[in-house]
Amino acid sequence: MVEKFDAIVIGAGPSGNAAAYTLAKQGLSVLQLERGEYPGAKNVQGGIMYAAELEKIIPDFRDDCPTERHIIEQRIWLLGDDNYIGTNYRSDAFNTETPNRYTIIRANIDKWFSEKIREAGGLQICETTVTELIHDAAGKVIGVRTDREGGEIHADVVIMADGVNALLAKRSGYQKELAPENVALAVKEILFIDPELIQQRFGLKGDEGVVIEIMGKVTKGMVGTAFLYTNKESLTIGIGCLISDFKQGSVPPYKMLEDLKNHPVIKPLIEGAEMKEYAAHMIPEGGYKAVPQLFGDGWMVVGDAAHFNNAAHREGSNLAMASGRMAAETVAELKKAGKPFSAANLAAYKARLDDSFVMKDLKKYLNLPGIMHENKQFFGAYPDTLTAAAHNWFTVDSVDKRTKEKEIMKSFVKKRSVLGLVGDAIKLVRAVR
Amino acid sequence: MHIVVCIKQVPDSAQIRIHPVTNTIMRQGVPAIINPFDLFSLEEALRIKDRVGARVTVLTMGPPMAETSLRKALSLGADDAVLLTDRKFAGSDTLATSYALTSAIKKLSEEEPVDLVFCGKQTVDGDTAQVGPGIATRLGFQQLTYIAKIEAIDEAAKEIVVHRRSEGGVQVMKTKLPCMITMLEGTNTIRFGKMDDMFRAARYGLKTWSKDTTGADETKVGLKGSPTVVSKVFVPKPRAERAKMVEAEGASPDALAAAAVEAIFGAQPKLAEDLVGRAAAGL
Repeated sequence: MVEKFDAIVIGAGPSGNAAAYTLAKQGLSVLQLERGEYPGAKNVQGGIMYAAELEKIIPDFRDDCPTERHIIEQRIWLLGDDNYIGTNYRSDAFNTETPNRYTIIRANIDKWFSEKIREAGGLQICETTVTELIHDAAGKVIGVRTDREGGEIHADVVIMADGVNALLAKRSGYQKELAPENVALAVKEILFIDPELIQQRFGLKGDEGVVIEIMGKVTKGMVGTAFLYTNKESLTIGIGCLISDFKQGSVPPYKMLEDLKNHPVIKPLIEGAEMKEYAAHMIPEGGYKAVPQLFGDGWMVVGDAAHFNNAAHREGSNLAMASGRMAAETVAELKKAGKPFSAANLAAYKARLDDSFVMKDLKKYLNLPGIMHENKQFFGAYPDTLTAAAHNWFTVDSVDKRTKEKEIMKSFVKKRSVLGLVGDAIKLVRAVR
Repeated sequence: MHIVVCIKQVPDSAQIRIHPVTNTIMRQGVPAIINPFDLFSLEEALRIKDRVGARVTVLTMGPPMAETSLRKALSLGADDAVLLTDRKFAGSDTLATSYALTSAIKKLSEEEPVDLVFCGKQTVDGDTAQVGPGIATRLGFQQLTYIAKIEAIDEAAKEIVVHRRSEGGVQVMKTKLPCMITMLEGTNTIRFGKMDDMFRAARYGLKTWSKDTTGADETKVGLKGSPTVVSKVFVPKPRAERAKMVEAEGASPDALAAAAVEAIFGAQPKLAEDLVGRAAAGL
């Protein structure tokens, strides 16, 4: 006999977990399928977790959620060849009972979240890959087929939380292939290190943490960013660039990460650490314009599979959790009202998203991916001139200050021309306004 | 036919790291898996079930988290699962473990007589290969270790024919049931479970037994029942000497041999002196 559920959620990442938990809490029968050996086995994230979205789903998550460090300092660095120029913001006010941002190790969080779903009554099955959606004669999704014998399972609605590749949506013709300029490839390492060394090097006590977001020459002019995060007993370091750039560039991702680790301003921070884990993952970076069709008869798509990632602010998992929750709330509402899960009714999911920070933020930066892609000077010429200017300014060598100012101005104009500089400023302001 | 498969949840030894500062094993973040040797025994039990029909019960002793390993075994096709867990079992060595598991198997026999007990050849975390034979001895079962193949099983005559790998050959052995079998690694491949079994495993109400459930004697389990003493735990020092690749010009055996001799003599001048001296003396 074919099993039947109110809802099937495919994937046990942030979006799938948010959806499955919300559905189970509302008393719906929910089956969550995960292809990995355990929830989180296939998931990779930097990562920083923003508390607000998880708090909406599990208000007392801080009681037992395995976070790493709460962030009290944010650094933003622009790397030159052997230097950086940057800003730091650190505040003791971040040491609250309810911190807003934590560094995390994704797999630990997913395992914890999954436990909560089981406690709420959701059924979870791992090591099982959904190979296709099952449609009825009218084209409505009525279930899924898995790679196991007797693998047909039915449900009133299927929520696809299967990650950036969104294979199921593609197989069903709901999405097109990803464009290389809309996806980044990021590589990262978790480096094990004595917690005392972390505290010394970053000036921390207890579970305080620092995160560094990095741009600059280390991406060899490609559109990309890097990061260094402090965990409890490890550091996470990673770098990512658009796949379209990697295709043209001569530097493979692992080499770029090696270069970052050997950079004179990074090296002392990770000295003596031992590599514990190496991972690579794709990140959807196309923004608002790349968001696909989000729902149809009997189906919805959430998280990375729906391209919900705010590259400008390096937010992804919170958008994922928000979209999973909103999809589930839509389902629960329709179920309660006894309405069918038709495309017309599921459109309420899109309306919720449009009304939330998810779509509002993506819309705000809708032109940013394109501008970054077409204006590589942000990743090459600017780091060079800015760091050179700083170097000039802070070198006290009996050259008078007015001459220094002139030299610095000249160096900018030489690299970009006055028109170029003004143009870049206008482009950036327009893109982020 | 009733088959009991004893399994153990172990840390995935391929992923264990040594703490660089304290030199202790870091279990944090290391996934727990079914002891890989146990899977060959579990698969063989499931094949007997497929061939002649049987009820397969998986049994493990361990902390509550061992539940995931039992569910995994259920998802592969085992019928029932028993978790033997009790703080009083903590610290058991192989003698105490085989006693505790035997007490559980005896209790399982009360429900339905056990014809076959399967154990892993050894574990990847202890490597003693003592628990299986310990159980067989306590139960008074024939023990068939290092089995490569189960040739035939006759339920009516209560007989089994197996191939046992031994030094220099294969022993074909026939014995009466009940017996205890440990399978040799690489003799089969664990199956990919069916969807029905995945559902059954996810919903299965696990049986959790304590020391009192099986009526085990408190003095024979846990640290009290374990005569083994761990006197010292240490990380082996990496060897100072490294293997060396010797290269020679051309690929002729003479050139290669000469280069090898030169490299060895270079590293061991005393040996060189001695050998050259002996050669000169016509020895």
